[in-house]
Amino acid sequence: MTDAEAIGIINDSMVKEFELDPEMMTPEAHLVKDLEMDSLDFVDLVVILQEAFGIKLRNDSSVRDINTLGDLHGLVLQKKGQLEAEKK
Amino acid sequence: MNKRRVVITGTGAVSPFGLGVECLWDNLLSGNSAVKMIPYFKELGGLRSCVAAVVPEIDVSVINRKKRRFMSPMSIYSCIAALEAIEMAGLNEDQITSRETGLCLASTMGSSAESEAFFQELSRSGSIENVKSTMFFKTMNHSCASNTAQALGITGRIVSPSAACASGTLAVGLAYETIVAGNQNIMFCGGTDEHHVLATAVFDIMSAASCNYNDDPQQTPRPFDIDRDGVVCAEGAGIVILEELEHARNRGVDILAEIIGFETFSSPGDIANSDSQTMSDCMECTLGQAGLTAEDVSYVNAHATATIQGDIAEAQAISAVLGEKVPVSSLKGHMGHTMAASGALELIASLQMMHNGTLIPTRNLVTPDPKCDVINLILIPQNITGSVILKNSFALGGISATILIRRNIHD
Repeated sequence: MTDAEAIGIINDSMVKEFELDPEMMTPEAHLVKDLEMDSLDFVDLVVILQEAFGIKLRNDSSVRDINTLGDLHGLVLQKKGQLEAEKK
Repeated sequence: MNKRRVVITGTGAVSPFGLGVECLWDNLLSGNSAVKMIPYFKELGGLRSCVAAVVPEIDVSVINRKKRRFMSPMSIYSCIAALEAIEMAGLNEDQITSRETGLCLASTMGSSAESEAFFQELSRSGSIENVKSTMFFKTMNHSCASNTAQALGITGRIVSPSAACASGTLAVGLAYETIVAGNQNIMFCGGTDEHHVLATAVFDIMSAASCNYNDDPQQTPRPFDIDRDGVVCAEGAGIVILEELEHARNRGVDILAEIIGFETFSSPGDIANSDSQTMSDCMECTLGQAGLTAEDVSYVNAHATATIQGDIAEAQAISAVLGEKVPVSSLKGHMGHTMAASGALELIASLQMMHNGTLIPTRNLVTPDPKCDVINLILIPQNITGSVILKNSFALGGISATILIRRNIHD
């Protein structure tokens, strides 16, 4: 899976789960201010990403540092890369 | 000080026929059935009843996502029904969100599907890591009441009196008593349920679910009929807006009917079967509260789910209290047993009968069981004479409930 494909999965999952406008899914979009996500949405976002990529995020403190969609893409790609490295 | 009087000023329905009171009424008037064979049920070992009446797919986007994410279907149904009732009652936001407005709404239980999904995940993965944050809000027993109140902005009291199949009638009755007591001026009330195989299984296990019509589902259930063979489980929501009489008059809103009696009793002798004497006592008490006699009752909307025992017990109870003349019918033959919704949905349908002047006969009642044929079981649509309707609901757990309404407001 390429990074672009992973980003596509993240965006599509969020559009579906949180009923977001696909045109809003830009890297600069602020998850709270622009996409109007709240703390419970973040809990469910973690569940969705864990299921989609097999990564562990629930107890990862770096989740708290995410502000924008671009931040989220970066974290998921990083975790996904670590997982793939561990498997090798 | 005179007793505070309570009237109905709005109704809303989500039924197996679809959205709205008008849709419900049109289908009842046409004698339609919403019962279908459920293919998935045929794959389940031991389940003999493979029929149900379910709500068709509906547009849920009228409910904001942040409210809807905590809702299982039962809460979505009740919320949509409440929006219809609000429009009919002409309530504005200030009135809905006033501390004087409460909500009394029940389901038989929280969302079984959501509980099932949680335990399936736990069983599959041995972990709760992939459980979403909204799960609990769908499984809690007062999920429908809380979710509907959240979506509407209710700030008065919220009560969720779960009482299995009598939940809807009990909720309307308790809401009525809340207004009579002076604790609220307006109450949203009723019942809602979503279908799950658990409901059908419960009745099947007790040999009280319809099993003989899986290949001809619209022939069942058959309340009071000699060939009845049990309950057909269904889903939906019925919401009624109750209002203190002077409050409604001051608003200038159309008054649909007055609630003039309500009673609920327990029969501790048998948790699975309501007994005829308790049913009679409920009906007798509501008449007494209203200062009416049997001759004053124009129509009885029976609970009659098409079980062998229950239909006989109810027919005998009606006969004992009201005699053999008052027209009686059950709406389960059209839309199955909508469980917690049934009391409110059937009360709303009865109001429609009153306002349209036509009594709907029991669908699938062709040959009355001689043991039930001790009352006036109507077989064809009839004109209604008079303005008093009695509605019964009975439930597993030994609960009986009766509500009495009158169209005309007598000073």
